[in-house]
Amino acid sequence: MALQAVFFYLFSFLTVASAVMVITARNPVHAVLWLILAFFNAAGLFVLLGAEFLAMILVVVYVGAVAVLFLFVVMMLDVDFAELRAGFIKNAPLGAMVGAILLIELVMVVGMRFAGTAQVVRGPAPAPVAGSTISNTEALGAILYREPFVFYLEIAGLILLVAMMGAIVLTLRHKDGVKRQSISAQNARNPATAIEIAKVPAGGYTVPPKAPEKVRS
Amino acid sequence: MMAVLQAYAPLLPEIIIVLGAMVLMMQGAFRPENDAETSRIMWLALAVLVAAGVAIVQLGEPARLFGGAFVDDAFARFVKLLVLAGAGGAMVLAFDEMKAQGSFKFELPVLLLLATAGMMVMVSAGDLMALYMGLELQSLALYVVAAIRRDDAKSSEAGLKYFVLGALSSGMLLYGASLLYGFAGTTSFAGIAAAASVAGAGQNLLLVFGLVFLMVGLAFKVSAVPFHMWTPDVYQGAPTPITAFLAAAPKVAAMALLVRLVMTALPGVQPQWQQIIVFLAIASMVVGALGAIGQTNIKRLMAYSSIANMGYALVPLAAGGAEGAQGVLIYMAIYIVMTLGAFGCILSMRREGGLVEDINELAGLAQTNLFLAFALAMFMFSLAGIPPLAGFFAKWFAFLPAVKAGLYWLAVIGVVASVIGAYYYLRIVKIMFFDDAKAPFMATRAKEGAIVALALVLVLGFVLPFVASPLVEAAGTAAASLK
Amino acid sequence: MDLLLTDYLPIAVFIGVALFIGGALMLAPFLVAYRNPDPEKVSAYECGFNAFDDARMKFDVRFYLVAILFIIFDLEVVFLIPWAVSFAEAGEFGFWAMMIFLGILTIGFIYEWKKGALEWD
Repeated sequence: MALQAVFFYLFSFLTVASAVMVITARNPVHAVLWLILAFFNAAGLFVLLGAEFLAMILVVVYVGAVAVLFLFVVMMLDVDFAELRAGFIKNAPLGAMVGAILLIELVMVVGMRFAGTAQVVRGPAPAPVAGSTISNTEALGAILYREPFVFYLEIAGLILLVAMMGAIVLTLRHKDGVKRQSISAQNARNPATAIEIAKVPAGGYTVPPKAPEKVRS
Repeated sequence: MMAVLQAYAPLLPEIIIVLGAMVLMMQGAFRPENDAETSRIMWLALAVLVAAGVAIVQLGEPARLFGGAFVDDAFARFVKLLVLAGAGGAMVLAFDEMKAQGSFKFELPVLLLLATAGMMVMVSAGDLMALYMGLELQSLALYVVAAIRRDDAKSSEAGLKYFVLGALSSGMLLYGASLLYGFAGTTSFAGIAAAASVAGAGQNLLLVFGLVFLMVGLAFKVSAVPFHMWTPDVYQGAPTPITAFLAAAPKVAAMALLVRLVMTALPGVQPQWQQIIVFLAIASMVVGALGAIGQTNIKRLMAYSSIANMGYALVPLAAGGAEGAQGVLIYMAIYIVMTLGAFGCILSMRREGGLVEDINELAGLAQTNLFLAFALAMFMFSLAGIPPLAGFFAKWFAFLPAVKAGLYWLAVIGVVASVIGAYYYLRIVKIMFFDDAKAPFMATRAKEGAIVALALVLVLGFVLPFVASPLVEAAGTAAASLK
Repeated sequence: MDLLLTDYLPIAVFIGVALFIGGALMLAPFLVAYRNPDPEKVSAYECGFNAFDDARMKFDVRFYLVAILFIIFDLEVVFLIPWAVSFAEAGEFGFWAMMIFLGILTIGFIYEWKKGALEWD
């Protein structure tokens, strides 16, 4: 139990510290790297909670994919961060105020829980029983593909579809005049389509044949 | 197998739209990309909307699916039909203008269909998770369509602003939803209602904060003051047909979601949410009316007009009860008609170089194009709430429940705001009819003309009993089914 | 719950050891190595002349497109894992639920392919 507490404080401290570094780092690339550290520690916290699957997802999806996307975006933007930073001091009081309000609310809400004034009608959602053979992932799978949750699963699919379309609609551009290899077109060539025989008049010249039709623009 | 399919029959309208969107997506991907093909896909998308509407009318008994996450009742059906009408009308407006702007992509109808599916999920949501998923499906598709003219700085800016503020509001909404879940231990509206009807629940901070944050998130989506700041920029920057879409169907869906949330999940704490709704209503009406006065861009003016309209629509909700819900539904139905009609007119303000958006360009329109001037004047009169046009009745049904519930001062503020608002609506009429004529606009295109004419007939004919009474009756049945 | 956490103890110890060794090796040069820097030694070397400009350059937006498409399919796989693990319990209903989910994303994949979003140029 003591070991668990040690790890809890370690992970929490590192999460908060790296989150602070994310917003104070001078170099945006470093900020993303600190963010990755924050994700890792949050994953550690999930493990302490017993939510192994979520912890691993956090590492696979957030560290493996989202952080990489962030890096690409940071590199793509090429923003003058020194200039952006100039607004930081100006907006800091406002941001601090909003943050403080959210914090006070959170403290009030959580504090009420401890003071025992909050009436919770039903207990929190059941967690897998300790010592049972059902793993975290299995427990998740057992509800995700059943009646109520299957609805959300399909909508999640649609949201991913929209995300896919949106990314393509907004960013995909094809360069003109790029010659692509089309293997099927190459294989389908035969002498009739590939060779053009031009009669060269004696002592004269011939107009070169027209360029073959574009395979795919 | 058949029994399983039978059980999911209430989902049929949503399934039709989603399947239609996917089929059209494949058609667009496999067929050559040109305007003719895109036109065909647009028509098919409209057909899909009509098919979904027919399916809604044909649905059997009201049902609750997925443990109450998907509620199919008269309220949901009424609002879904409104949403389909709004989406379809805006889609008709999108044909020619998007073609003229050179951004007529087949993804547009597909994304609009998926956004419509998201709205229908929102309208039927009986669970915080369904609420969020529907909202996200809708919003994500709309962020993309707002920025669909990606080479146009204004359109990109509109999409970006919409996205950033929409993401912020989604975050607030999720924060509120998690607090409510912490309070009730369940995300279903019925469970929250049970937990919130315990005596003294109104003093519970978890519930109150959760409620406030949910309201903030939804207020962003309906663009109620003080969460309205994105509206003028997004309305101005997005391509005009997309603005028409944004102004119509999503507003109805978000408003219906708000109605269902407060009436079915939080009836036990009405005094708490009533304060918020009253504040949002007053602030929206006043800011909407005052903000519009200085505008010279007609799309920005419509943005402030829609902010004010959301304020009026919130007035009956503050009164609560079935009558309040009925007032909201009637208001939103008439709002859709007026908005689409007005945008049809705005899309007809074309010169050689494209659309003109400056209000002063309308000068003397009555001399060059009497029909357009008359139609726009009628929509403006209707938005100002002048009898016997539809807008007057909308306000009547909006203020009546408030008066009955004893919120006299709210109704009085509403009337005062309408009078202030009438100033800028009437200013447009004055410019069109009494100023010196400027160069004439190009001829109105058939599709815009059809929408304008249809909206005009509805706005003018609302006073006739066979137009008004079915709507009022249907809205009454819908509101009564909200439990 | 404790049982679960003790399962992870070896990893924690492993990470601890790795951090210790890595840290020690990074720290050691600072303590023991001979250092005598001068401006020429520490300046960036680029083919014998001074660096022209910042090494960071603008990335093409296509990297972003590839990354976001990757994330979407990453998430798809995330949904597949609990399904695969609990396949026996999920039954026929769960099977078809997943097939619909995969079907939706396959539509997106076909669209992506036909649009040429998976090609670099």
